[in-house]
Amino acid sequence: MTVNGQPRAAEVEPRTLLVHYLRDSLGLTGTNIGCDTSSCGACTVHVDGEAVKSCTVLAAQVAGAEVTTIEGLATADGLHPMQQAFMDCHGLQCGFCTPGMVMAATSLLREHPNPTEDEVRLGLEGNLCRCTGYHNIVKAVLACAGGGA
Amino acid sequence: MIPAPFDLVTADSAEAAVAALVEHGDDAKLLAGGHSLLPLMKLRLAAPAVLVDIGRLRDRSFVRDDGAHVTVGALTRHRDLETSPVLAEHAPLLAAVAAQIGDPAVRHRGTIGGSLAHGDPASDLPAAVLALGAVLVAVGPGGSREIPAEDFFHGFMDTALHADEMLTEIRIPKTAGAGWSFQKFNRRAQDWAIVGAAIQLGPTPRVALINMDMQPLRASATESAVAGGASPAEAAAVAAEGCSPPEDLNADAAYRRHLAQVMVRRGLVEAAGRSAASGQSTVT
Ligand SMILES: Cc1cc2nc3c(=O)[nH]c(=O)nc-3n(C[C@H](O)[C@H](O)[C@H](O)COP(=O)(O)OP(=O)(O)OC[C@H]3O[C@@H](n4cnc5c(N)ncnc54)[C@H](O)[C@@H]3O)c2cc1C
Ligand code: FES
Ligand code: FES
Repeated sequence: MTVNGQPRAAEVEPRTLLVHYLRDSLGLTGTNIGCDTSSCGACTVHVDGEAVKSCTVLAAQVAGAEVTTIEGLATADGLHPMQQAFMDCHGLQCGFCTPGMVMAATSLLREHPNPTEDEVRLGLEGNLCRCTGYHNIVKAVLACAGGGA
Repeated sequence: MIPAPFDLVTADSAEAAVAALVEHGDDAKLLAGGHSLLPLMKLRLAAPAVLVDIGRLRDRSFVRDDGAHVTVGALTRHRDLETSPVLAEHAPLLAAVAAQIGDPAVRHRGTIGGSLAHGDPASDLPAAVLALGAVLVAVGPGGSREIPAEDFFHGFMDTALHADEMLTEIRIPKTAGAGWSFQKFNRRAQDWAIVGAAIQLGPTPRVALINMDMQPLRASATESAVAGGASPAEAAAVAAEGCSPPEDLNADAAYRRHLAQVMVRRGLVEAAGRSAASGQSTVT
């Protein structure tokens, strides 16, 4: 598979979950494990450009695919516009949910480039945040969409 | 949480998948999107010795207009049902139901075949195929066979599929603009239905219920009432007849019976409105 643009090859046990491969084998610890029961979205990454919960996917299932984690969003020119929008709108407090939120939000905007507030809330329903009450997260996503990102 | 160890076989065709199921017998399970099976395996509620990965059979992922019906490949993901123009035109109920499953990340992985084969009475797509009068096609060592949706769901997570069979496609009769409705009642975002109802009007009006018994089922008393010209309120009053609803933290049986009546009444009203809007004569 390709991870953040780099080809990666490894022999893994069939039961290795994608999130463990990313965190433990590749050291990409930006992807968090919150619930481990497919509920919280902290482990959200992109597989071929679409948000998936990496705690519910085997690494072997995505062999050959393009995987992007939070570490792969920023470029040499700086933060991804969604990361910047989260900063500008204070879309985080403790930050635990944030990598998953940003990955889910960028996937959402790819599918709905100009979402309404309701569409943002529904689009992020698989991502739980224990701190912010979601208000500023939604604001950040709307700001990012408005900014043409 | 990590699943118990297993061997992984990657199938490159439906026939290869069936051959692997035959070879490994009861120890083997198919793996499609993994969004029902992997959570169970992580909790060690399931521990198959062999997983046969059919997730790469992209040629089994399609929505095709076949004249009188629409054919959906078993590996079609919820997201692709949700956004299919063919379904939007010819079986909008199925697209609408798929759009309400879990959350976007779940819909990017989960497949219709996996959802139907899992046979969970709380899941949404079984009700959709029951309401649409769909036919499920399975392939096994002896070839393929057709199973009408109404004969498919046998009990709690128990279906008509044999251990060495794979669902390959689902055939859905076109609905020709007849009214439909999907009602899902839950308390939290992304949750499963506490009770739900899928309704498809037409020459044979069908009403299917979610989470009202050990298996997904049709509300036959309501269907007869609708066919006989009863009002939505009258038809919905008998929605829970013959059901033995489960009891859990969310709802006891009496509350579920009540909810079923409310969901079905709202759904029949909405479906009749849609029939009228598309110039169909309403059956209710
Ligand atoms: C957080 C979360 C929320 C969810 N919310 C909902 C919801 O609101 N409503 C809802 O309906 N569902 C919900 N689901 C379940 C989801 O829809 C699953 O994707 C679906 O039930 C299973 O599809 P799958 O492709 O992932 O199947 P898998 O998990 O791969 O397989 C499920 C079972 O079916 C068998 N199987 C798979 N494909 C075939 C086939 N072609 N032929 C024969 N057997 C096969 C497997 O062997 C296994 O036993 C949720 C799941 C999660 C993780
Ligand atoms: S850790 Fe994957 S959804 Fe919570
Ligand atoms: S910022 Fe703390 S969980 Fe979301």
